[in-house]
Amino acid sequence: MRREIRICGTGGQGIILAGVILGEAAMRAGYCAVQTQSYGPESRGGAARSEVLISDSAVDYPRVTLADVLVALSQPAWDRYGRQLAEGATVVVDSDLVEAPEACRLPFTLTAEKTVGRKIVTNIVMLGYLGGLLDLFPHALLEETVLANIPPGTGELNRAALKAGRDLFDSEGVRHAG
Amino acid sequence: MPAELDRRRMARVLGRSEQFAQGDVACALGAVLGGCDFFAGYPITPATEIAEAVSRMLPRLGGVAIQMEDEIASLSAVLGAAWTGSRAMTATSGPGFSLMQEGIGYACMTETPCVIVDVQRSGPSTGQPTEPAQGDMLQAKWGTHGDHEIIALAPSSVQECVDLTRLAFDLAEEYRNPVLVMTDGEIGHMRERILLPDLADVEPRHRQRPSSLPDTFVPFAATNGKVPEMPDFGTGYHAYVTGLTHNERGFPATDDADAHTRLVRRLCEKITDATERLTRVEVDSEDGARVGLVSYGISARSAAGAVRLARERGIRLSHLRLVTVFPFPERAVLEFVRDLDRVIVPELNLGQICHSVREALAGAARVERVSRIGGEMIHPDEILHAVSHGGEPV
Repeated sequence: MRREIRICGTGGQGIILAGVILGEAAMRAGYCAVQTQSYGPESRGGAARSEVLISDSAVDYPRVTLADVLVALSQPAWDRYGRQLAEGATVVVDSDLVEAPEACRLPFTLTAEKTVGRKIVTNIVMLGYLGGLLDLFPHALLEETVLANIPPGTGELNRAALKAGRDLFDSEGVRHAG
Repeated sequence: MPAELDRRRMARVLGRSEQFAQGDVACALGAVLGGCDFFAGYPITPATEIAEAVSRMLPRLGGVAIQMEDEIASLSAVLGAAWTGSRAMTATSGPGFSLMQEGIGYACMTETPCVIVDVQRSGPSTGQPTEPAQGDMLQAKWGTHGDHEIIALAPSSVQECVDLTRLAFDLAEEYRNPVLVMTDGEIGHMRERILLPDLADVEPRHRQRPSSLPDTFVPFAATNGKVPEMPDFGTGYHAYVTGLTHNERGFPATDDADAHTRLVRRLCEKITDATERLTRVEVDSEDGARVGLVSYGISARSAAGAVRLARERGIRLSHLRLVTVFPFPERAVLEFVRDLDRVIVPELNLGQICHSVREALAGAARVERVSRIGGEMIHPDEILHAVSHGGEPV
């Protein structure tokens, strides 16, 4: 088993943190996991990419070659990183931020804003969805990992965001644009 | 003088024994395990996280972490701290590493133990700040002027960032020499599982302090093999410390050819004589292979990927990974190529350690390279292509 996941977006959207939490959750579940990242010199803005390899054996080459799962949260990131996909890859984009007709479009930002109440947790909503999509470890383990990686006092907000993302997966699944 | 290890407090500072840690943070954890109690540095991508992590940890252990005005001052502060008995470290990337070359030479000449982590990024000059490279490898050996030797280790995983940074402190103390941990922006920012050692087994190697009384102590006499005993400032010993050529008492002897020759030969030989002891390599030899890879650092991950793919495809391929890069493990490389016709060296530069390999082999096998710059990793397929079709010439 080897899954190659690429998450991309704009610097400041929490792309890298989402990858870190996903990788750590995989490690906690007993998998070998590596998270790498690349971004420009800006602290906000610019295309950012976070990649996670999850395998049941040791990972040598640490970067994603052909992504099995690609998530894009911004148009520039999609334009730049929306390539090098494995055959039959699952491609998920934010329905309000990315124009990508061939991708599965989901309202991550809208859900964070309307259902959870804070746009800032868009990355955690996306992570909740991704947890369901990957189906490698229980939601509770992912939640525990999220809680270990966020600032104090934001537990409830992030728990709600993760749940909203998971609900999105449970209700929508991998919905393709039609 | 560093306080005795408070293992209980150290355990709290280090955190969980299993972590999903970033390479830079792992270097900081390794430093704490190595007994580091002084850090001075200047922020620079992609090494800043080391400074951030030690700033959180060292004060809680009674140590010091300071941000200096630049990298020259950072290494100078480290060297001063070392003479007060500290186990001291700095961390930087290419542009800062260039500025530190003067201090590295001073550390070699004054035999001041110190650890320098260079999280290499794409150069020359400020280059691509956020992109990894292995472009400082020969600078590590020859960046500072004059004859000298250096110890340089190259981690290829986050776990090795812990283990080799920890080891670097012991080697610095044992040989009284700068020890370089040559990592890169990819490993520095990569996260993987690490396991921290049982703290009961953590016992940093102590510096060899004077065994004679102050009135008979000769500070630069090689009492210990070729390494002199080192007094701490403020303990009653007279130690004149200078970058000028000095005699065994430490006083300048700049017009004395014999004193200079004796001193600099000893500085070099204390490292080169120990090459076998310092050599750490990982050999993965395949029976019947005629081609082998020699790799180090992050490129070793690409090489290991190539070996895996090769074996899946029935191609025979051997692999030697250098953990110690300097002193260059010539004998290990020669031994590795015994049955090989060709050796390929993948590096994130336009060819650096491949020259050391070719020099060591002296024609025993043909040396080729797979070079990549610009910030992307070398893909295992690129190495396999070179195995089948030949790499770039060295």
